[in-house]
Order: sequence, then C-alpha cells, then structure tokens
Amino acid sequence: MKPVILWSDALFFLLIAVMIAGAWWGRRQAHLRAGWARVFATRRSKIAVAVLAVFLAIGLVDSLHYRRQLPPEPGKPPAYAVEVLSALDALLMPLKTNTEKTYSEPLATHLFAKETLEDGERAFPPLKYPGSHLFGTDKVGQDVLYLTLKSIRTGLLIGTLTTLIMLPAAVLLGIVAGYVGGWVDDVIQYLYTTLNSIPGVLLIAAAVLMMQVVIDTHPDWFATAAERADARLLALCAILGITSWTGLCRLLRGETLKLREMEYVQAARAFGVGPLAIMLRHILPNLMHIVLIALVMDFSGLVLAEAVLSYVGIGVDPNTISFGTMINAARLELAREPMVWWSLAAAFTFMFVLVLAANLFADAVRDAFDPRAA
Amino acid sequence: MSALLEVRDLAVAIGNRAVVDGVSFDLAAGETFALLGESGCGKSLTALALMRLLPMVAKITHGHVDFDGQALFSLPESRMRMLRGGGMATIFQEPATSLNPVMTIGDQIGEVLNLHGARSGAGGAVELLEAVGIPDPERRAGEFPFQLSGGMKQRAMIAMALAGEPKLLIADEPTTALDVTIQAQVLDLLKDLQRRRGMALLLITHDLGVAARMADRVGVMHAGQLVEVSDTKKFFRGPAHPYSQRLFASLPENLPRPPDIGGAAGELLAVEDLAVHFPIRRGLLRRTVGHVRAVDGVSLKVSRGRTLAIVGESGCGKTTAGKAILQLITPTAGRVRLDGRDLVALAPRDVQMVFQDPFGSLNPRLRVGDIIAEGMRALGVPADAGAIGDLLAQVGLEAGMASRYPHEFSGGQRQRIAIARALAVNPRLVICDEPTSALDVSVQAQIIALLRDLQARRGLAYLFITHNISVVDYLAHDVAVMYLGRIVEQGSVDEVLRGARHPYTQALLAAVPRIDGSSGERLLVPGDPPSPARPPPGCHFHPRCPKAMERCRAVYPGVSTLAGTHRLRCHLYS
Ligand SMILES: Nc1ncnc2c1ncn2[C@@H]1O[C@H](COP(=O)(O)OP(=O)(O)OP(=O)(O)O)[C@@H](O)[C@H]1O
Ligand code: SF4
Ligand SMILES: [Mg+2]
Repeated sequence: MKPVILWSDALFFLLIAVMIAGAWWGRRQAHLRAGWARVFATRRSKIAVAVLAVFLAIGLVDSLHYRRQLPPEPGKPPAYAVEVLSALDALLMPLKTNTEKTYSEPLATHLFAKETLEDGERAFPPLKYPGSHLFGTDKVGQDVLYLTLKSIRTGLLIGTLTTLIMLPAAVLLGIVAGYVGGWVDDVIQYLYTTLNSIPGVLLIAAAVLMMQVVIDTHPDWFATAAERADARLLALCAILGITSWTGLCRLLRGETLKLREMEYVQAARAFGVGPLAIMLRHILPNLMHIVLIALVMDFSGLVLAEAVLSYVGIGVDPNTISFGTMINAARLELAREPMVWWSLAAAFTFMFVLVLAANLFADAVRDAFDPRAA
Repeated sequence: MSALLEVRDLAVAIGNRAVVDGVSFDLAAGETFALLGESGCGKSLTALALMRLLPMVAKITHGHVDFDGQALFSLPESRMRMLRGGGMATIFQEPATSLNPVMTIGDQIGEVLNLHGARSGAGGAVELLEAVGIPDPERRAGEFPFQLSGGMKQRAMIAMALAGEPKLLIADEPTTALDVTIQAQVLDLLKDLQRRRGMALLLITHDLGVAARMADRVGVMHAGQLVEVSDTKKFFRGPAHPYSQRLFASLPENLPRPPDIGGAAGELLAVEDLAVHFPIRRGLLRRTVGHVRAVDGVSLKVSRGRTLAIVGESGCGKTTAGKAILQLITPTAGRVRLDGRDLVALAPRDVQMVFQDPFGSLNPRLRVGDIIAEGMRALGVPADAGAIGDLLAQVGLEAGMASRYPHEFSGGQRQRIAIARALAVNPRLVICDEPTSALDVSVQAQIIALLRDLQARRGLAYLFITHNISVVDYLAHDVAVMYLGRIVEQGSVDEVLRGARHPYTQALLAAVPRIDGSSGERLLVPGDPPSPARPPPGCHFHPRCPKAMERCRAVYPGVSTLAGTHRLRCHLYS
C-alpha cells in the first residue's frame, strides 16, 4: 500500500488544522467563547453541528488516499494499482465492489429493465446482491449510496477550500482599502467592481475550460486519473474563490471605514501607533465576527454552486463523484420511461441535509456573533 | 380634580429582573409631570409600558393604568392603536431616527391626520408645522427629514404628535439630543403648546434644570422605583429623599470652584490661526466644490497647570480643533506650538486626548491592561504590571481590573480607564473632548473631581472641550466660546461667565435651564446655527443676533480687547 497525498487532501487537512488552532486560540478570547456558548445553546444548532460533524468525518476519511499494491511478481520492484482509493473506499468495500449490471431500484431483488435471458424469455434478471442496495444502483450498476457518500468530500472541499482561497484576499484588501483610503482604496474598489461586473458563470466557464486544456496537453504532469481530477477540482475552487471574495471584501471595507473613525483607533493614533499595528490590533479583531458569519453563510452557497456548475458541465471533472455530476446524470435518467428517480433523490436528500445543517449552523453563528441581532 | 392618567403600582420585568417596580402617579389635564432619573433607572420603560409599546423582552408583571376613564391594559390592541397618536402621543429622544427618511414631512404628518380623522391631510400638515414654529411651512412640508436640522426635526416630530389632537403628550428626553439654544426653543414651544391646547405632558428627563423649568410636579425614579413625588417648587427648595439630595449635590452648580493657581504660570500651548477646511467633493470625478470651514482661524493659549475650556454648540468645530492640535487631523493652516516648539515635530507623548464616548473609545477586544499599555509601548514608556496597576489606582480603580475587558465596566469606569490611558505616557497637556457628556450627573461630578485632583497632583494642563457651559465654572480657569469655527469671546472664567459681552455668549448662558427655574431675562436666540459650509457673510452670528446692525451683515468683526485677558469679536465693542 502506498499513501497518496493529493493537493486537495493536503489543503483540506491544513484547513482543519487551522480551524483547530483557531478554536484553541478562541477558547482564550472571552468574547469568542461567549459567542460559541450562545451558538451551542439551542437544540437545533446542536443537531445541525452533529450532522455537520458526521459529514465532515466522512469527508476526512475520504481524504486519506492510497494506492493498493499489486500482487508481487518475483524479481520485480513492487508495483501499485493505478486506481487511487481512499480510506472510505476501504470501509465501504462491499458497497464499492458489489456492482450490478445496470439500474436497479432501491432494495430491489431484480434489475430494473427486462432482458432476454438464456432460455430466450424476456424477464427481469435477478441481482447479484439482491436487497443490498439501499438507494439502488446507477446505469453501470454502481451502488448509489456509495456515490452519494463519495460526493460529500467534493461538496465539503468546494465549500471550504474556496473560502480558504478567498479569505486572505477579502480580509487584506477590505481592511487596507477601508483604513488606508485614498488611491489604494480607489484601486481596490476598481478591482472588485470590475470583477463583479463580469458574469460569474462566464468567468468560471472560461477558466475551467482553459484549465482543462492545460491538463489535457500535459498528461505527464499527473501520475493518475485521480490527480488529474484533483487538479481540476482545485482550479474550480480557485476560480470560485476569485469570483466570490468581492462581496466579503466590500462588507469589510465598509465596516473598516466605520471602525477607523472609532475613538479607540483615534486614541491609538494619538500615541503614534503605526497603521499596521492598528489594523491588526484594533480593526481585524473587531471584524472577526463578520468574517465568521460570512464564512458559514457562504459555505452552503458554494456547495450548491458546485452542483449547478457540474450540471452545466463546467464544474468538476466528469470522473469526480459529486452531487453535481450525479444530478447531471439524472437528467437522462428522468427522461427514461419508466423513470429512474433514485439517484437524483439520493443526491438531493444528502445535499439537502448538508445545506440545511450548514444554514441552521450559519443562522446560529450569526445570531450569536452579530451585535445587531443581539 | 379627576386625573386624566392614573398609574397604579406599575411593574415591568425583563426576564425575572424587575426594571420598573411599583410605580404610581396621577396626571391631570393641562398638567406637566416630570419623571426624573439617571440612565437605566426605568423611566423610558415606564413610558413605553403606558403606551403598551414595550420591547419584546420586557413584560408588564402587574399594575393598572387608567387613561381618560379606560383601563389601558385590558383594551384590545386595535383600540390601543387608535389611542396611540390619538389620545396619547409620544416624542422620542432621537429626532433623526424617529422620522421616516424616505417620506416628506408633510406626508408623514398627513398620515397621522388621516388615521385619526382630525383634519384633512395637506392643509392640516402645513397648519401644524406653522403651529410648531417652523418657518416657511409650505416649503418644509414638501421636504425630506435629511433636509431639516435637528431642532426642526424635533419640531416636526412634535407636529406629528399633535396631529391626533392628543390629550396626553409623552416626551421621552425630547431635547437631550439638541443644543442648549435649540433646547430652550423646543422647551418653550412645548410649554406654549401645552398651555394653548390644555394637554397633559409627561416629561421624561435626566436634567434637573429641564424639570425645574417645565414641570408642575416632579417624580424621581431610582432603580425602577418612584422614590419621591413632589410639587416642583417644594422639590427644588429642598428634596426630601436622600437619593434626590445626592442628585442635587452632584450638580456642577453645587460643586466647589477650582482653586485659582494664579494667572501667568507660563505658556504651555500656543495655537495660532489654526484652520481646518474639509473639502466637499461632488460628482463622478469628485471635484472639490467647496469647503466646510470646521475650524477657521482659531488662536488659543493654554498655561501650565491651568484649564482652558472651549465651549460651543454641536458642529461649531470644537472636536476638530482638538484633533487638529493633536495632529490627528492635518490642519489646513496655522501653527501649534508646545513650549515654543512646533508640535508637528514633537513626539505625541506631551499631548494626549480623552474622548467623549466611553463606549467607543476602548477597543472591546482588548483587556484594560493592554489598552493602557499600548500607548506606553508605542512611546517607549516601560509598561509593566506594576506601572499599570499604579495608573489604575490613580484614577480610582483597582490594579486587578487590568485583566478585565471594557464591557465589564460602567460608563464612568470606562472614562476612568480612558483617562489612565492618556496619563500613562506622562503628558503635560490633556485634551478632554466632552469627557462627561455621555455620563449621568453624579458620575460626571466624580469624573470632574478626578480630573481636578490629577491636575493638582501632576500639574497637568487641560484643554476641556464641552457644549455644557454649566460645567465650565467648576473646572476651568479660562474659557473660549466658539461659534462656527471661530472663537467669539475668550477670557478668564470670571470675565466670560459673569461678564459676558458677546450676544452669543449671553444667549448661551441664558439658555441653560437652571434649577431655580428662574432664567433671568430670557434672551432666546431664534433659528439654528448656520452650516459651516456656507457661513453667512459678515458676523456669522448676525442672522440670530438680537443686536445685529447694518455693519454686522457686511464685515466680520475684528478682535477687541476689554479689560485684562477678556477679548471678543463683536462690532458692539469695536
Ligand atoms: N430592550 C432591552 N433589553 C434588555 N434590557 C433593557 C432593554 N431596555 C431597557 N433595558 C434595561 O432596563 C433598565 C431601564 O431602562 P430604561 O431605558 O427605561 O432607562 P432610562 O432611565 O430611560 O435610561 P436612559 O436615560 O439611558 O435612556 C435598564 O437597566 C436597561 O438596561
Ligand atoms: S457683531 Fe453684530 S451680529 Fe455679531 S454678535 Fe456682535 S452685534 Fe451681533
Ligand atoms: Mg431613557
């Protein structure tokens, strides 16, 4: 077995580490601790957090990638399979490998379509693993439950890595624009107004297609198909990040404009404290609640954006399992007669639960940290 | 005499904390009852409970209110709605937020008129605006709130309240947000309207002077309870309750005067022709189309160990002048010298500032110790725990408070922290920008005493900026009166406060509501202070000056020196 660390895995774990470090730091900040205590005060938000934690655990397990060692051949160095698996695959091994021939309904014992059997009769052939597919199987006989579980990681990555990319830009530029003002402010405002005026979907389509061309012309860069798909996923995060920092940046600029007139900032200036120290000590900590609220609010929007973009074909790599690609496939399935409804239903249910939990959590965070809501 | 309003044993609770606790009083038609008390004592909640407009968290726990023979708490909400604005009307503290910014004044008044069917919309609105003394009511009726000054907005609010021809007017701190000269106008208007319409007035205020001037009877609230109800005359001759007596004792009028440490102790700060003009930018290219002359040629001197007070109404440029002296705002012109050296070239440690709003001047995310240490570190003063503890002790706090956050402190304590922060770097001059205006009178007295004590011990000089001319006497040695960016009269406290010559200073002094109720010969100045973007030609005060002459309209008066240090700018004396 040979561990494989994809770029997205590394970033995802980095993000988790940052979150843990942030939580540890925040435990010592009285106002943050009080805020989180308010977040966890209601049962609704406790349930939301529990659901999110389950999703996060699945995503984490799914981010531990490896390649299986092939049966050793004497006299040769050990060889590894080209297929990159994750710890989740190992856990779900029967689900992943118990494939049928084609569509079957949830918990069915026979295939969905009639076939001509050996004796020349047309009937529903029995399944190899009857009654074991909770959400049925898809066109190539893969278990739909397995597919939805694998989709979770993609959704989480899009929702979190994108913010990781946009956050530094939004915070830095927002604060600098608001505090420094003058031509710096003009340049930053010009930048985000321009970005905002380009239709997001066009920008994303152009960037993703360009990325695809780069990937296709340099097959040697990627050892496995998984790495190739991963590169496209990261590219998607990056471009989503680039198109989505403007909102937060604008918000932070406005708030900074207000804060810089606060008397404690004036008092610090009266002591000759430098602008950098003022931005770090006096502005940034007083903006953290906005950043936090924006992050959790954006998360669900980004998960949904992935689904939409993949549906239009400019999202993740078609080989990456995601809610978007599942929904895209469902387009044809819904047009069949009789209709194949279960993959859409499964993808929809999981995505709905994830987004709903994220939204409930976001609401709780906003109520707890927004001074105006108190 | 049967009462119009009868409040019996009213109690309001937030959670299980009683914030109004067994309040009972009567109010007859045509009578004014003043509910006096410091902030947080529950007077606003009492008024809101009468209107049944309490915030969601607050509940009326028991009590009985009779208004005009109806039990208010058992009326259905629909009848109550008719009563609000109809039978009883309210004026709130903040005129800026009580009017709808996207409706014209006339429409807003018309809405109330139509609702309560008193008179028809448009004509009635103009009539009402005229009744509240708004000049040119036809034009004003078609304007939006932002086009009106603070005083006019409050007048418009009063007009709206009158639209339903109420029998009871509840005014919650109706003049707290206004300047003294405007406050005097609005109070007079209220009094006059009440007399003419026979309304009952429930006046909520923290200002003993306002109560003395307006009320027939006074109720003092403390911690949710009505501790004393009494006839105004009797109350101001001698309050009975210990809490009321404490309130009187902390009035600036009743504080001891500062010791005069002798005249020329040497000049510390000299400001010459200081000017700050803010450009007004308009249009796409943000071209400068004019200037706001916030400070327009101010010259001052502060002597070592003495206090100079700058007095003026809001918007006259006091704070801007203070910040420009500190170089927080770059002055457009003028020189600021400390001990003969230009301040621009100086380390900022010699001059420090204490700000107005104790809630805005401390970073809520930093501990008190870090707040105090920040300036010390920035200026290279050793900032160890001992030094910080010492400073806290000097301002009357405990050393252990250094590890707490600002939100754990009251307004007065926060102001002490802000003072400790300024003192931390051993300044020789402290600019105090309205350090007590956000505080209750009793806390204000403590802060003033602290400032004076620190001055005596450390030989500090203060530049004390205030709009409240009544505190000046008890803190300052010298006074400068500012109007529209310029100093119109200056001199020692005795010269200016007791021998005021400039018509504006005289008006300012006359407008202060005194607790003896008598305000001498009343010299009410009409109108609002003009905008510093378009100062009137000639003497800036001439549109409001009762003694304006032909020359005042054309030429700005030069400085004339009367006896001693007393100088002023007025054609009457040149
Ligand atoms: N919406 C609210 N939520 C929680 N507490 C409140 C609320 N409104 C008022 N209080 C509390 O109720 C008490 C009385 O408040 P109230 O506003 O009536 O005082 P006040 O005397 O009018 O003060 P001020 O002069 O500052 O307006 C205070 O302790 C205040 O903190
Ligand atoms: S100069 Fe004229 S207008 Fe100005 S204050 Fe003196 S008398 Fe009044
Ligand atoms: Mg109040």
